[in-house]
Amino acid sequence: MKKFSSLLHNLILTPSRNTKIKLLQDYFKILDINRAYALAILSDQLSFQFIKASKLRELVYEQVDQHLFDYSYDYVGDLAETISLIWPTNKEGKSQNLSTLIENIKKIKKSEINKEFSKVLSELSNNERWTLIKICTGGLRIGVSERLVKMALADLYNKSVNEIEEIWHGLEFPYENLFQWLKNEKSKPKIDFKKLFHPMMLANPIDEEKDFKRLDANEFQAEYKWDGIRVQLMVSSNSVSLYSRTGDNISSAFPEIIETTKGDAVIDGELLVGGNFKPSGFNDLQQRLNRKKASKELQKKFPVFIRAYDILFYKGKDLRKLSLVERRKYLEKFQKENTTNQIDLSTIINFSTWEALTKYKNNFYDDLNEGVMIKLKNSEYLPGRKKGYWYKWKKNPKLVDAILMYAQRGHGKRSSYYSDFTFGVWEENELVPIGKAYSGYTDKELLVLDKFIRNNTTNKFGPVREVKKEIILEVAFDDVFPSNRHKSGVAMRFPRIHRIRWDKPINEVLSIKEFKKEFKID
Amino acid sequence: MDFINHQLFIKDINVHIDPILPKKTAIITHGHADHARFGHDHVIATKQTIDIMKIRYGDKCAKKFTPLRYGQKYSIKNFDFTLYPAGHILGSAQVLIEKNNHRLVITGDYKVGKDETCKNFKLVKCDTLITEATFGLPIFQHPDPKDEIQKLIRSVKINKNNCHIVGAYALGKAQRVMNLLRQQKYDERIYIHGSLEKLCQYYSKEKINIGKFEKVSSKDKSFYEGKIIIAPPSALKDRWSRRFPNPIICMASGWMTVKQRAKQQGIELPLVISDHSDWNELLDTIKKSKAKNILITHGQEDALVYYCKKQNLVSKPLSIQGRNDEEIE
Repeated sequence: MKKFSSLLHNLILTPSRNTKIKLLQDYFKILDINRAYALAILSDQLSFQFIKASKLRELVYEQVDQHLFDYSYDYVGDLAETISLIWPTNKEGKSQNLSTLIENIKKIKKSEINKEFSKVLSELSNNERWTLIKICTGGLRIGVSERLVKMALADLYNKSVNEIEEIWHGLEFPYENLFQWLKNEKSKPKIDFKKLFHPMMLANPIDEEKDFKRLDANEFQAEYKWDGIRVQLMVSSNSVSLYSRTGDNISSAFPEIIETTKGDAVIDGELLVGGNFKPSGFNDLQQRLNRKKASKELQKKFPVFIRAYDILFYKGKDLRKLSLVERRKYLEKFQKENTTNQIDLSTIINFSTWEALTKYKNNFYDDLNEGVMIKLKNSEYLPGRKKGYWYKWKKNPKLVDAILMYAQRGHGKRSSYYSDFTFGVWEENELVPIGKAYSGYTDKELLVLDKFIRNNTTNKFGPVREVKKEIILEVAFDDVFPSNRHKSGVAMRFPRIHRIRWDKPINEVLSIKEFKKEFKID
Repeated sequence: MDFINHQLFIKDINVHIDPILPKKTAIITHGHADHARFGHDHVIATKQTIDIMKIRYGDKCAKKFTPLRYGQKYSIKNFDFTLYPAGHILGSAQVLIEKNNHRLVITGDYKVGKDETCKNFKLVKCDTLITEATFGLPIFQHPDPKDEIQKLIRSVKINKNNCHIVGAYALGKAQRVMNLLRQQKYDERIYIHGSLEKLCQYYSKEKINIGKFEKVSSKDKSFYEGKIIIAPPSALKDRWSRRFPNPIICMASGWMTVKQRAKQQGIELPLVISDHSDWNELLDTIKKSKAKNILITHGQEDALVYYCKKQNLVSKPLSIQGRNDEEIE
């Protein structure tokens, strides 16, 4: 555990990618069972059923005064780090094996969690405790992607990272077959590709200035970009399953898709809410997300369908090495053979100049599409976010000027800065908050805002600071909906700080009435 | 205790403690820039603090200086002032103010732990305690500085082709790091940023063991491989640091307790070495001072005020203008 936690400690503090790879390789060179746990942890595949963030808070409140913990958490901005530092005992020395420790924790009975897991935490050093809590809460956020781990392994054993990528989702703890293959002791693990979630091909944002000069419009085609959730649908004669972008099986939440789909294929598409293939906005889709099951009533009120973009397998045949245009033919064939009310095809937009594409990006479906996807016609289906094949070109965001009202310290890399901003518009002579944003600003702007907040606090509500009403923020957002959960009656989708409007006096900011009128909210 | 206001100003006799702006009479607890300023008429402080002020701001940085020994009483009308060691940096002092049998102590910045570079902290019993709270949260529990300095020495041994640049405040922390290295038998010459030179010379003159040191010069890049260089934190991000071969950026500070902080500042080797008291030391000092009235300033007041109230002590935060937040030396 000591070795693994100092690996994580060093990884989080090392800015250099090469040094990170080297640190990982030095660790993986050691040939023991710890290595398998390390791989599971680094790729976020290990979790403990009974120990989540809320349980950890419960445990720490048993150890230290709740208010003192809250003050500290507000300051540190990271749960694992706060708990590890504030935990009253700190025994350096007697260190357990990573694998033994994890196996022992897995054996703890639910009824004894509080006592037993607290005991485990008390027997670790600060850094080990931090590591263990990070493992429990998942998502290490140490600046190491799954991809980087695969690269380190590939490079260490002279394999190609794509080969690892291909079999990755078919591997299982403790990855014996993977390590044996890496060390050339056995051949590449055999994976049943039909049952396997295939990592999706993702797009990069287009850089209008650079890319449009560089790229030939004739080599590309476009599709509308839809604001739903990206899914992979696996259909075979005996089963249908639906996966989210991260490979989670979400079949049970969308029974109407599972029940109606026929054929033999792996389809890539967007899950949307709406009847008759007319999408009705993300707000409606949210009613169907994060649910384990969907009642008949819910299915009727918020019907879902899949807009298919691509096809990876057709009748057992791997199409991923074919060009996009070739794959499209198979997709159309699949659709013709298995027509249902739950799947339609994404429309292809042909164009000859980038200029001509602009109108599709901005206007065509009015508010319902988010922009366009630009795809190289002869692109293979490549996992991950490879450069040069697929691009996304988002609509220009909506903009509004609003007044900074409250601020809170951020988390993660922005911890300790006042980086979460609540802003509002006028309602009579008072301000009413319309949203909260914690991104979009430059590092320099953040420093300016942070300083302003520290020097102009007029009131404190726990961790929230109210500030002098002086700063106008130009806020960009993707969309705005009516909402009865907020005082203002509106909820923004993905608001972010576009810039600070030093030039504008605060009395020129809109009223909530004017705001609703401008963005067509009744 | 109502004779002193929230700006640490005693109106009856027109005396300030650590004022930000030029004043008639200023008692200065120590030489850091957020406490010792240029331009007062009359400065009262330890001799070492006065020396340091003269090094930093010139001989004429005040019109008149009154040096006090630790424990020596100085009276203005019916107020008696006595300075006691604060253990923060060379020359640092707490101020005891006595009036009509009421004893008030202003700790200034202080640390309880051992330090060879200055006189160690002396606990002074009092009725009212005005304490700093730079590390006033229970997450701050400073480790043994010897273990931290060993991390640096080990890293220097392992990474022979790199140089280690240690960020440390020019006054106090830099010399403490040098002294800690010497205590751990690191006998190599230590290289320093130009802005540290005069202060290091002064520490040497005051017989603090910081060993051999030399200002960084425009030598061949490879010369600094395997060496330790000490520089003020501001220089770490500056072009200055790029002249060195594969630098490993280190920082000696109590803030380094929090990994996310270290990461934000691009620190690869954090060294938790603090010249302030940690949480337990703050609580201990409050308890042992026997004070019933606790005023809290400089830093994370909220948690400490909450704690004191729970102990049935009268407590409130004292917000001193211009010292709102964390960028304290």
